[in-house]
Amino acid sequence: MTDTLLKVRGLKIEGRSDETWNPIVNGINLDLKKGEVLGLIGESGAGKSTVGLACMGFTRDGCRISGGEVEFDGIDLVNASAAVKRGLLGKRIAYVAQSAAASFNPAHKLIAQHTEAPTQHGVSSRAESEEDGVELYRRLRLPDPENIGFRYPHQVSGGQLQRAMTAMAMACRPDLIVFDEPTTALDVTTQIEVLASIRDIVEQFDTAAIYITHDLAVVAQMADRIKVLLKGDEVEEADTRTMLSAPTQDYTKSLWAVRSFQRPAKPKPAEDAVPVVSVQNVTAGYGKSAMVLHDVSFDIHEGRTVAVVGESGSGKSTTARCITGLLPPVEGSISFAGESLPLDYRRRSKDQLRQAQMIYQMADTALNPRKSIGEIIGRPVEFYLGLKGKAKRDRVNDLLNEIELEPGEYFHRLPSELSGGQKQRVGIARALAAEPKFIICDEVTSALDQLVAEGILKLLAHLQDTLNLSYMFITHDLATVKSIADEVVVMKEGRVVEQGPKAEMFVPPHHPYTDLLLSSVPEMDPDWLTDLLAERGVDNIGDAAVDKM
Amino acid sequence: MSGWLWLILAIIAIAAGGYLFRMIGQKVTGNKPYFRDMSYGVAFGYVLAAALLAGSIWLYLQEGAVFFRWAVQGLIIAAIIAYLFRLLGRTVGTAGSRKLFRSMPLTASFGIFVIVVYAFLAIFAGAIAPYGQDEILAAANVAPGGDPAFGGNPEYPMGTDQIGRDILSRLIYGAQNTVGIAFITTCLAFFVGGSLGFLAATLGGWLDQVLSRAVDVLMAIPALIFALLLMTIATVWANAWGIDRTIFMVLIIALIDSTRVYRLARAVGQNIVVMDYIEAAKLRGEGLSYLIFKEMLPNATAPLLAEFGLRFCFVFLTIASLSFLGVGIQPPLADWGTMVKDLGQFINYAQFAPLVASAPLLPAGAIALLTVGVNFVVDWMLHKSSGLKE
Repeated sequence: MTDTLLKVRGLKIEGRSDETWNPIVNGINLDLKKGEVLGLIGESGAGKSTVGLACMGFTRDGCRISGGEVEFDGIDLVNASAAVKRGLLGKRIAYVAQSAAASFNPAHKLIAQHTEAPTQHGVSSRAESEEDGVELYRRLRLPDPENIGFRYPHQVSGGQLQRAMTAMAMACRPDLIVFDEPTTALDVTTQIEVLASIRDIVEQFDTAAIYITHDLAVVAQMADRIKVLLKGDEVEEADTRTMLSAPTQDYTKSLWAVRSFQRPAKPKPAEDAVPVVSVQNVTAGYGKSAMVLHDVSFDIHEGRTVAVVGESGSGKSTTARCITGLLPPVEGSISFAGESLPLDYRRRSKDQLRQAQMIYQMADTALNPRKSIGEIIGRPVEFYLGLKGKAKRDRVNDLLNEIELEPGEYFHRLPSELSGGQKQRVGIARALAAEPKFIICDEVTSALDQLVAEGILKLLAHLQDTLNLSYMFITHDLATVKSIADEVVVMKEGRVVEQGPKAEMFVPPHHPYTDLLLSSVPEMDPDWLTDLLAERGVDNIGDAAVDKM
Repeated sequence: MSGWLWLILAIIAIAAGGYLFRMIGQKVTGNKPYFRDMSYGVAFGYVLAAALLAGSIWLYLQEGAVFFRWAVQGLIIAAIIAYLFRLLGRTVGTAGSRKLFRSMPLTASFGIFVIVVYAFLAIFAGAIAPYGQDEILAAANVAPGGDPAFGGNPEYPMGTDQIGRDILSRLIYGAQNTVGIAFITTCLAFFVGGSLGFLAATLGGWLDQVLSRAVDVLMAIPALIFALLLMTIATVWANAWGIDRTIFMVLIIALIDSTRVYRLARAVGQNIVVMDYIEAAKLRGEGLSYLIFKEMLPNATAPLLAEFGLRFCFVFLTIASLSFLGVGIQPPLADWGTMVKDLGQFINYAQFAPLVASAPLLPAGAIALLTVGVNFVVDWMLHKSSGLKE
């Protein structure tokens, strides 16, 4: 008996679209020893999840394994019968999905879902597995492990749910767990807790794991070996340390290089310069009693980028809604180039509306799916500038050129015929079409792959230099802040915790919360998580989780 | 009693057959995944379907099964027509329409064919119908089929009714009256319900509350009884003011059906109105009509069109039932609902003379065929629109 647990040879997977089978994965080889963690990385569409699922002998609807073999502990999973697979899945192979919130049944308590697999497979009785569940919750450092299982999924936070799901996968002590982007949807501070507890429990039970992610820094913490995928092909595979220090392929190098994009620092604005946008003592909320923002003030100067950072729920997007006038503040004022704006957008003049534009996080919902790109960009041109016919067409073509899309090719396309990055570029063009002074960018890169996101950031930086635009850049990703921001505003629970120029913000001493945020951003160093945990003290993290309750 | 015994025996035989079928399948194919992972329910279904098929072939060959034979022949003819029609659509027309026909299932092409034929008959009724809709001819009670041996007359291929009106002519004029009025009514219901629904979704607040509660009240009253009640009142007004009762009927049914359209339009509108592109348009300073007609409506066309097809069927059936009850379209205007009522007694002769009994089935069949046809098209459109969303 060798110690190879999973052996994949020449795995080919095809997906059905437009009545034909198209290849998704073209011949992947993979070996996994007992207790080893393999990281699978690649951009979206690289086939990471498809390979991960195929390792469980499973394909999504509309896909099929067209060639190759998957051998788990001597069992041929490609040709195994449904009965054999039923006996393996959940018991010896488990799966942790990206969105725990969508993967738990909202109608049952956590522990009831936890005990399902062990009782079904006859591993243990219901009472035994409940007891074991509590033990796992404790090891995963969930707060109040005795009772948290008796809550419903909506009663616990996202990070806790993700850990409960890991506990559920562990319930039968499987030999292999497939983690499919388990921390992508979480905040950096929560991500740390989940990463640390996943890594601990995988080590404790000597479980082999396949860890799928697009975040290099995360995979560096988790995996023993890394495999890079690109469009269904393997690019390279190596030990984590070798891979990080000496990647051999150009594509891998380009992935590694993404995070190095940095803009030169700009000179400070003059003391008496009038800010383009000035937010003064804004307090706002939904409904009468619950205030989301408390006394928020900051200035945005001409030609500069102010990054607003914080966890989800910290009031970043609400601030943007106050500035645009969608949510009139209860107190405080918003002024534009020294002139005070009406708080409700309906009372603002067309020109005031034109001056401030917005780019959205989800380009999918920000572009009307039934309108062509030409119509989407052309509408503000016509609406604000009154251009019609050929003048309008020329202006739209100029804008398309500016966002580096070929006008002849893209003018008549619908948003659904564009990639994610291209859609985001159209969103930028629509904002530019109004010829504004100020643009709010609400998490514009967080739904994109790193290479694509870098392209968007470079485009925004270029536009700022040529058009002298001011940006309010909302993000939770501090790497983005480092690369593009001039000034940083840190928000927590609706208050501005700290603000100042970027150069000062990234140098200690910080406000404790800024410190927590900054230290939680994963780095490309494989020892980063270990060091950080040692620094903070492992118990500290557990306590932090309890504090969050 | 022996009937029950046979039924139980048949079920046991099929149950055993299902088990055997799966076992033999596994043996013959050398345990291919399809048979290996087949659940017992699926195997049972296969054998049951085979048994039903054998049963229908046996029934088809029986002497007395006249109506069953008609149904099977009708189905085969319909399938052939649908296939030919789709073939025609694939070769003739613009590139866009050809592409549409290429991806179309047979049911949808049959539905479109039925709708086209009905529309043609309704528009050119005056030119096509051999006689007038209220023209009383010499021969009454002629059986359909046109065969003198069975009481038919070749001059009236579908026979005549009790007072000697040609059924074929009345069927063709019926298409004009019933379908035409139903179409107008549905359009009106959509205009009223759709625009109010979108308005409520966009503006929200008290307008939404007032409209929605009013619609709730209207929907709480059973539709047919409500329509009957209002029609009774309207009859008095119609007589007093000398206005055609049909106009009142159109307005009443449009009002009742617009409540359903309102609910759909509001629900669809609420999903669209929270989208970022609507927010972007609001922040641009766009007006209400641009928001509703240029940004929202294009995204709501698929569910609204599908609802239009279904709603059309309901309106059409309501008109037929009102006419059947005597308050809808008034004689001597031909209308399928009234025709079913008038010819209804003939159904009593089914045992002795199937041809005579088929007279009331002709208008009933006309209603059924259009309903089925429209629903086929609606199903296809729903499928297409859900496919767009992935």
